[in-house]
Amino acid sequence: MIVVIDYNVGNVRSVCNAFRHIGCQAKLSCNPEDIESASGLVLPGVAAFGYAVSALGHLAELIKKLALAGKPLLGICVGYQMLFDRSAEYGSHKGLGLVAGNVVPIPSSQTVPHMGWNLVKLPEDMDLFAHLPRAKSRGLPREKHFYFAHSFYANVTDTEAKIAYTDYGFPMPASVQKGAIYGTQFHPEKSGKTGLKVLENFSKICHLSRAKSRERKTT
Amino acid sequence: MLTKRIIPCLDVKDNRVVKGVHFLNLRDAGDPVELGARYSDEGADELVFLDITATIRSRKTIVELVEKVAENVFIPFTVGGGISTVDQIDELLRSGAEKVSVNTAAVQNPHLLTEAARRFGNQCIVLAIDARRSKTQPGRWQVTVKAGSEPTDLDAVEWAIKAEKLGAGEILLTSMDADGTKTGYDNELNKAVSDAVNIPVIASGGAGKLEHLYDAIVEGGADAVLMASITHFENYTIKQMKEYLASRGIPVNL
Repeated sequence: MIVVIDYNVGNVRSVCNAFRHIGCQAKLSCNPEDIESASGLVLPGVAAFGYAVSALGHLAELIKKLALAGKPLLGICVGYQMLFDRSAEYGSHKGLGLVAGNVVPIPSSQTVPHMGWNLVKLPEDMDLFAHLPRAKSRGLPREKHFYFAHSFYANVTDTEAKIAYTDYGFPMPASVQKGAIYGTQFHPEKSGKTGLKVLENFSKICHLSRAKSRERKTT
Repeated sequence: MLTKRIIPCLDVKDNRVVKGVHFLNLRDAGDPVELGARYSDEGADELVFLDITATIRSRKTIVELVEKVAENVFIPFTVGGGISTVDQIDELLRSGAEKVSVNTAAVQNPHLLTEAARRFGNQCIVLAIDARRSKTQPGRWQVTVKAGSEPTDLDAVEWAIKAEKLGAGEILLTSMDADGTKTGYDNELNKAVSDAVNIPVIASGGAGKLEHLYDAIVEGGADAVLMASITHFENYTIKQMKEYLASRGIPVNL
């Protein structure tokens, strides 16, 4: 069972709906026991960073501990931004610090918010993008459109993180992967069929990780 | 590169999609959930649902509608119509809407934009402006409220600039003069507003032909185009619109 963390911020229902649509069991919960026993965690977020961090409260430490111990965690949008060290949205706020980097404003030379469907170049070695159709021509990078809606972006400085980029006048990180920690700046639950495939991939990651941890327990 | 968005607009009254001319003479255009799902399958980039009755009774219906749409549609959608408090915004976002649009309430209480943006982030706060060409001052547009029925003293361009500073993350700009006429968007209005702000502008009102969409993007500087009549009554499919724009060099998500 995947647990979508319910910490009283906007649009968390859509993520559950999307998992249900692909036949995957997902539960909306803020109960620490549910979170501990989940096969994977999703940290959604339609909120301002500061509000989201304070709403998460004491759950932050638990989520951090579990993710570092190998439980798959997927942060979406502000939930993704919260994986990093700090954000400058409406003040300065501390994040979970799971991935090194800071959340900073998109340069005002661009239209802000960055809103709509943008192309993301999909590295072959990022698990969230497995089994997505290949590029039409050989040698071209694999890329897909995803839906974005944000005014800040994560300047990723973590050398251990794999990063997928989109182009918004500069290469802007759109997704990260580090150990069992995954994040997307875009909304997979709102990115049509391609987005649903990304959530299906996350669900497979959770399934595999659960199977592995069972193996470890029995041997 | 960020693509230009095609956004069908579903005006909802008594749980049915309706469409009129200049906001009057409404025609039935179908079931909102079915129509929304169809547009999503056809490749719409986003949807807008506007509760055009916006009464206390319709408020409950619209929350239920949002829940149903969110179970069936996996693209972003905005909900608007009669929204006046942060709690209402919270309820709609929690029910599955990606964004909410505010209009009359923001004119009456501009602080609502700030309060909502601080809590939910400005990316989900859309300011809807219903603008009418000034009869006395050429090149100016007057903001109207209450579904276009009540003129205000506000100038549309100045209001857009102020709203951006207050926390609006996007402007849904409807020309009251062009709405439902199918004679093209008011691109002078679109250009005046999109040049004045740095947030995305959705052009609305007047789409009738494919080149109108192109003109709103190129002449009007719009980031997205909204339409109702030409999709509801099946003049063009979303795919036809996107293929047309792509053939003229506009980036779209095809």
